[in-house]
Amino acid sequence: MQHSDYVELTSTRLNPHVDPALTVWGWEVPVYLFMGGLVAGLLFLYSVVVLLRREERYPTVAKTVPLLATPLLGIGLFFLFLDLEFKAHVFRFYTSFQFYSPMSWGSWILLVVFGVGGVQFLYTLAELEPFRKTAIGKWSVWGLFKKISGNTRRKLAWWTLILGIALGIYTGLLLASLTARPMWNSALVGPMFLISGLSAGTALTMLLARARAERDILVRFDLLLVFMELAVILMWVGAMAHGSEAGLEAAHQILGGAYTAVFWSLVVVAGLIVPAVLEVQSLRGKWPHTVVAPALILVGGLVLRLVMVQAGQSFGYGA
Amino acid sequence: MTRTAHKYGMVVDTIACVGCSACTLACRSENEVPEGLSRRWVNQETRGSFPDLKMKIWSESCQHCENAPCVKNCPTGASFIDDFTGTVQVERDLCTGCKACMASCPYDARYIHPTGYVDKCTLCHHRITGGLETACETVCPTSAIVVGDLNDPGSEISQLLRKRKFEQRRTAAGTRPKFFLLV
Repeated sequence: MQHSDYVELTSTRLNPHVDPALTVWGWEVPVYLFMGGLVAGLLFLYSVVVLLRREERYPTVAKTVPLLATPLLGIGLFFLFLDLEFKAHVFRFYTSFQFYSPMSWGSWILLVVFGVGGVQFLYTLAELEPFRKTAIGKWSVWGLFKKISGNTRRKLAWWTLILGIALGIYTGLLLASLTARPMWNSALVGPMFLISGLSAGTALTMLLARARAERDILVRFDLLLVFMELAVILMWVGAMAHGSEAGLEAAHQILGGAYTAVFWSLVVVAGLIVPAVLEVQSLRGKWPHTVVAPALILVGGLVLRLVMVQAGQSFGYGA
Repeated sequence: MTRTAHKYGMVVDTIACVGCSACTLACRSENEVPEGLSRRWVNQETRGSFPDLKMKIWSESCQHCENAPCVKNCPTGASFIDDFTGTVQVERDLCTGCKACMASCPYDARYIHPTGYVDKCTLCHHRITGGLETACETVCPTSAIVVGDLNDPGSEISQLLRKRKFEQRRTAAGTRPKFFLLV
């Protein structure tokens, strides 16, 4: 910019959460986006294991994951509800369907995920040995869920496979469709959030898996996801930094601007590169498998969304 | 893009505008905009370096875009393009306050009303449909604000846009705004 092009813009507008920079979404939306992605990952893993008939070999995915997915999604949705300014109107998401709004698609997808995931939660609970011994577990209604499980387990798994991927993509598409924010307005944000969500779901399952064979396959899958996520992040930064003037200025947020340190240190190095090294070494048998790698993946996934939402909304199309 | 009966837009003459803020006060009074919130505001841009300075002043609001991202991103249909005037409106009863419209607006023209719904300039829909001028247009002492039907080639706004040089704001966002700055 030449000195003679210096521009100063002052405005009499001072709307809360809009000026001087947009801060309409606080911690609630990024935490929800993280939990939505995580649940998408859990649903994906569970569906694949059920469809490949590997329940015996991967007991954590088959027996524990469905018990976590729906309650975690419920907690995430509660945070989303907290973000609404007009909470009494929450039902309005279900009085229309807006084709161009990813948020509208998301609301309906979440409803179906709750239905299908809820049934999977209930029949998995019905089959849980310690639960069957409790007073509630002895109720005859649980027999019904066991019957559903026997008849429709694999059919429902097809549903959760598709719904899991849809849930993972929509959390990213939600930001990508907001064209006013150049940092979000990229076709790569959808895949980035999908892959990061699958990785978070895999990491949480890794934390719970006890059997070595199950853990190893999860680590292998996660390693693949981590490399894919790194590639997508680099493509996204590259495309933004070589794009329009607005893209260039948005990229500056993480290439020298306020969010540079947190993005590269916590998301890329601590959240992807360090766990990838730990995972490779544990697969080679050099270092023991610990909770560190999956914990870092989870923290990295959460920080990615916090940075994306905060940095992304604060920067628009300039003057 | 939907075709509407009329296509109301706004021009602001940056040469005539003196930045007196009468338009913002008239808007607040007419539309009962709470204190501390603004549907209209006044911008002042200074360009260059001393002594070669150029100043531009203009009153601004929602741009009533034809390709409105707030309408596309609204999950409930609360934000919509009015069939008659072609202006962007908010149906309060449908709004959940999810703020997707605020995040999608390149002009940051929206705010959260204390009641919870998202609010913005209506282009005085209640006045223009009754054949009246908008509140801001009525009070402007230099007649810098002109609101009218862009579909009507004989309207004052259409004539101004044919005669005068104009700019539009943040067109890179692809919103097709119906807000023009005469320069």
